[in-house]
Amino acid sequence: MADTIADTRRLFSKPQNLNDAYGPPSNFLEIDMSNPETVGVGRTRFTTYEIRLKTNLPIFKLKESRVRRRYSDFQWLRGELERDSKVVVPPLPGKALSRQLPFRGDDGIFDDSFIEERRAGLEQFLNKVAGHPLAQNKRCLHMFLQDESVDKTYTPSKIRQA
Amino acid sequence: MSFFSFGQSAEIDIVLKDAETRKKVEHKTEDGKKDKYFLLYDGETVSGNVNVTLKNPGKRLEHQGIKMEFIGQIELYYDRGNHHEFVSLVKDLARPGELTQSQTFDFEFTHVEKPYESYTGQNVKLRYFLRATVSRRLNDISKEMDIVVHTLSTYPELNSSIKMEVGIEDCLHIEFEYNKSKYHLKDVIVGKIYFLLVRLKIRHMEIDIIKRETTGTGPNVYHENDTIAKYEIMDGAPVRGESIPIRLFLAGYEMTPTMRDINKKYSVRYYLNLVLIDEEERRYFKQQEITLWRKGDMVKKSMSHQAAIASQRFEGSSSAEKALAQAQAKEQEQ
Repeated sequence: MADTIADTRRLFSKPQNLNDAYGPPSNFLEIDMSNPETVGVGRTRFTTYEIRLKTNLPIFKLKESRVRRRYSDFQWLRGELERDSKVVVPPLPGKALSRQLPFRGDDGIFDDSFIEERRAGLEQFLNKVAGHPLAQNKRCLHMFLQDESVDKTYTPSKIRQA
Repeated sequence: MSFFSFGQSAEIDIVLKDAETRKKVEHKTEDGKKDKYFLLYDGETVSGNVNVTLKNPGKRLEHQGIKMEFIGQIELYYDRGNHHEFVSLVKDLARPGELTQSQTFDFEFTHVEKPYESYTGQNVKLRYFLRATVSRRLNDISKEMDIVVHTLSTYPELNSSIKMEVGIEDCLHIEFEYNKSKYHLKDVIVGKIYFLLVRLKIRHMEIDIIKRETTGTGPNVYHENDTIAKYEIMDGAPVRGESIPIRLFLAGYEMTPTMRDINKKYSVRYYLNLVLIDEEERRYFKQQEITLWRKGDMVKKSMSHQAAIASQRFEGSSSAEKALAQAQAKEQEQ
């Protein structure tokens, strides 16, 4: 039993601005991957995926963007982040080398179900990475998400805001 | 213990003065069990008597002296051989001779200094005990009785609140506040977390109480961390301007007072760890030390008086004021 009743009243806090309370939150970041397309012929075929980004985070130059990327672009991005940032970068969905061997019964890496599996895995990867505070200011991530094409000869740097 | 069936042996029983009325408290033993022991405070006189009961009533017990000791010692588990005694008092109860029958001896250690609180931890133990010994040529007969010591403190003069702004630049800024920096063991942590900038998707927030036991000195310092409590204070995504209240009752958790550099052998400190977890399971945290202290039992106000104070605080109505006046009048009558 308490000797005296402790004062457990809430500490004073400013009432919240109604705009802040009911307006759109400042953490809006949505990344979708869709529309896989296989381009090229024969052995030089590859699949690209559309990456759509919608955000209100100030660090992203474009509030809406749409680009197309292939699996090797993701591998490049993961390599850059592992080297340059202190982030523990999540793994990519598999390379599926066995699917690239000849004499398979199905379409190998151009099989519809495999492409869908890979698409989902890549989408999950991007969402994990793009939301990370230490990865968000990396030039390579912004180039990957919002530039027309990935320039692999770029100079690694940080995005700075004024 | 003697294994010879002939020859004499004895049983020793230590009885504290006022054993029936003296308070007992629960204290953890090294193997995790909880036992009850008599509670003593610093400066208190330790007195009582020792009953030496002969096992074979007919035979005599020859001895080299009977003594009583009061010992306070620190034992480091990785160095069991060396006990560091910081209190050691001896009283001779009987000179070398013989006992022809069971006998009772009185003892008294006046105003014994007990500077530290009894503590049983992960790597160190501090204990106080009485030890009665009947010395003999081949083997002594002895009996130990552990007692528990609590160190009491009074309300600290200075007890500033902890208020800080922390965050990750351009991603998350929060201001946290805890109403005090020193809490007694039955206190309540009242605080708040105010969100200044939220550009992350936060899923929930919790407060953990962490106990850190530090043993050893110099290059051999060893920290043992233990999470005593995990208390969720927010479920869902906050936005800018949101203020999340904290009300954490400490009486529900098993904790000791903060112990700093006890006899230069060990420390026990407590930390509040504020943890935020986002949608991708990333954790963001800020640790802050708090000081815990043990309050002595005060004179209890009557239940009706306490209830009246509480209702006035939350209602502030005239009926509550009337109830308070009534309770006060009743107490004055008693």
